Amino acid sequence: MNTLFDTFKARAEAVSAEVHRFPTQREAFDFIIALLQDQGVLESPGAEALWAEGSFLKGAGRKYLSNEAPGLSFEVTRQAAAAAKIGISQMDWAIAGTGTLVQDAAGVEQRLVSTLPPIHVALVGTSRILADLPSLLERLHPSQTGYISMITGPSRTADIERVLTIGVHGPERLIIIFVDEFERGNA
Amino acid sequence: MKSTFRESVNAALNNANLTGALGKFSEAYRVGRAKAYEGIDFEAVRERIKAAKSSAASQLDTLAERFKQQAEARGAKVFRASDPAQVKDYILALAKANKVTRVVKSKSMASEEIHLNAHLEAAGIQVKETDLGEWIIQLAGQTPSHMVMPAIHMTKEEVADVFSNEVESGQTPDIPRLVRFARGKLRTEFLQADMGITGANIAVAETGSLVIITNEGNARLVTTLPRIHVAIVGVEKLVEHLADINPILTALPRSATGQLLTSYVSILTGQVPNTDGSPKELHIILMDNQRTAMAKDPKFKQALQCIRCGSCLNVCPVFRLVGGHVFGKTYTGGIGTILTAWFDELKKSEDIQSLCIQCGNCKVVCPGMIDIPELILELRRRLAVEQGQSVAQKAIFAVVNNRRIFHAMLRAASVTQKPFAKGGFIRHLPLFLSDLTEFRSLPAIAAQPFRDRFKQIRQPECREKAAFYSGCLIDFSYPEMGEAVIKVLNKAGIEVVYPDRQTCCGAPARYSGAYEVAAQNAQDNIEALLEQDVKYVVSACPTCTVALKQDFIATFESLGLTGRLGDARKLAAKAMDFSTLVKQLVDQGRLSFKEGKDLGRFTYHDSCHLKRTLNASEAPRELLRQAGYELTEMTECDMCCGMGGSYSLKLPEISAPILERKLGNIKATKAPLAVMDCPGCVMQIRGGFDKDGAQVKVEHTAQRLADRLE
Repeated sequence: MNTLFDTFKARAEAVSAEVHRFPTQREAFDFIIALLQDQGVLESPGAEALWAEGSFLKGAGRKYLSNEAPGLSFEVTRQAAAAAKIGISQMDWAIAGTGTLVQDAAGVEQRLVSTLPPIHVALVGTSRILADLPSLLERLHPSQTGYISMITGPSRTADIERVLTIGVHGPERLIIIFVDEFERGNA
Repeated sequence: MKSTFRESVNAALNNANLTGALGKFSEAYRVGRAKAYEGIDFEAVRERIKAAKSSAASQLDTLAERFKQQAEARGAKVFRASDPAQVKDYILALAKANKVTRVVKSKSMASEEIHLNAHLEAAGIQVKETDLGEWIIQLAGQTPSHMVMPAIHMTKEEVADVFSNEVESGQTPDIPRLVRFARGKLRTEFLQADMGITGANIAVAETGSLVIITNEGNARLVTTLPRIHVAIVGVEKLVEHLADINPILTALPRSATGQLLTSYVSILTGQVPNTDGSPKELHIILMDNQRTAMAKDPKFKQALQCIRCGSCLNVCPVFRLVGGHVFGKTYTGGIGTILTAWFDELKKSEDIQSLCIQCGNCKVVCPGMIDIPELILELRRRLAVEQGQSVAQKAIFAVVNNRRIFHAMLRAASVTQKPFAKGGFIRHLPLFLSDLTEFRSLPAIAAQPFRDRFKQIRQPECREKAAFYSGCLIDFSYPEMGEAVIKVLNKAGIEVVYPDRQTCCGAPARYSGAYEVAAQNAQDNIEALLEQDVKYVVSACPTCTVALKQDFIATFESLGLTGRLGDARKLAAKAMDFSTLVKQLVDQGRLSFKEGKDLGRFTYHDSCHLKRTLNASEAPRELLRQAGYELTEMTECDMCCGMGGSYSLKLPEISAPILERKLGNIKATKAPLAVMDCPGCVMQIRGGFDKDGAQVKVEHTAQRLADRLE
């Protein structure tokens, strides 16, 4: 798994994603809380940080986050996502060869938090890293979901004079957090 | 060629922003693409793409039905449209029925193909392109100049002006700011739109899925925020199996932009919820517009293997000079020429097909394994059949087709050229011919052609025999190259015969679409060259070698002259290019080089046909090294020199800047000697240096080897 992680990290960083890894869910949450603080949205009442539903929130997770980060909202709407600074969601798989995150994104809230806010924080279990696209298609099939999203780095364009510019329509920062062990809750 | 077309080409050539941006891009692309494919077996990947797409093209109707069934089972509505009008009517009716006033679009070449925006706008519907490049050209009132980078022809200053004039005054030419400005303005459009229109990169029949890729993330917003999603999909995007997307997603980003994967890949299957929880209306339009007709054409079916990566544009020596707009409104470059001929009409390709110099760069990089140069020749042939040839061309081919007249004229020319020839070159021609010698001198016609000189050469008695096929340039301009060939082969114990009835190889006729003329040339040469029993038929001109080995057969096949194929194949089996044969003789120990001597540095220019059709790039380099020369590689050693046979006569304004770049790359090596295997390239490059004044000797490999063998 470490080799896959190292490959993923190298590939994802090469396309301007930020990659972190923590042994436990609690440490990952604390990292996110520090990020919210840093971005000035930890306690802001405007719900500028939005977290879309996912298994990381099952069990004690949501309660812990609610206590520590009162500015964080779990009510993902179109308006809230358009106004938010940070969107947080959980990915189902990662592909090492290209540094790609993969998500069953049929739930519209999953897409709202990963498209509209300027910062997207993506959580994923370290054990979910696969080698390549064919391995993914063996596990996630279009018959299971209407919308599969693959994300490789932040939004980018080179349409003006071929100068690479990050963050045109989607997030300008993609922060990927791997968690080695997490409370699976009901997932 | 229409004068308006010629004017648009000249305008493009004189647009420094355009040629500068494209020139820099093509250099960076070469490096980026190579890096992206590290560790990937490109040939294996493209074999899989070809297999998947070719199989799909054979059953478009079946796959379209299967796709429809699958997608509709998941709540989508699938409309199969045969022509552009049906597509436009369907979308407009849908928009009206749903009171749509605002549309956002992500990039779709299919919608460009049918000019959808104008149709919707005429009905009072606001349409916004959201891909940054597409938005820029929409605001500027232009059309895309490149499939992948639609606004590559514009500078940041021009973009700032367009934004200032069309959206909000005061924009400065600062790229990050311009991008942020676009993000802000388009974000509002995404949130307000009632309908989102996309294309699709792949449509999977067995699952009813659409695969859409972008870097900007605009397609995700277009498919998420508006309450209706319409996807316009050309039926050539269909593949049968989900697994078929693997090789396409491996090649498309690597070939298009040198990325391992684009930022976003979305696989959409059926209805998904809207942001208010209601099921989103999904309409998928499978558009035919001539694709089925194309699939039924045995020659052009392969063009449906295109995955729209644009790599054929990025490696084209002509595209990087003229850009996309000269090609017309939608599809550009080599594949664009072919698609325009079909989706629009054959006549529309009349001028643009002439831009192809037949260097073969595109064929080598095409992930769909499309033989683009061959298809362009086929367009030429069909145009020649449909419209007939110009009077001037007919006159030329009437001469070429008659060996006696042709050779008599060339002999006469060696006399009549006298007022213009000096030191082996023709530097100026009068009046309308002056363009031909403006950028490079032409070689003078030799006083005595090779066919006459040959009779004076004394050869040793040998057990083995080879027939030498000189081709016109060696025969009439460079007989010394032919003499060098004979000297080398004699050393290996091979006696050379020169069948006197050989004539033009037919390449000029074939490359102009005059296949009947080419077939007659082929027939004459086959008879001449098979007359004696020889082991090899050798040529020191790669274009001639390709004619002997491949084109004679292809021409006969095209014309259905199957009765002639046997002899053509017999000749093909014996034909070899000079360097490949000599390398073989050296490896067999039949030839060896004189003891080591340091002869200085040289740089090697790969001729298009030798490298990409005959796959011989190492043999001449290795031979020259063994002879005592030290190789210094130039940048873009295998890029065309701009000669392209009669191309340099038809389009000297394009040939000249291609040559200029080649001369620059040779000079940058500081090697005093440039060697190549093609007399046509020698003619172009030597003539260029004669005008340029640089002291670089330009020679054929045979000339450099002749004195170095034991």
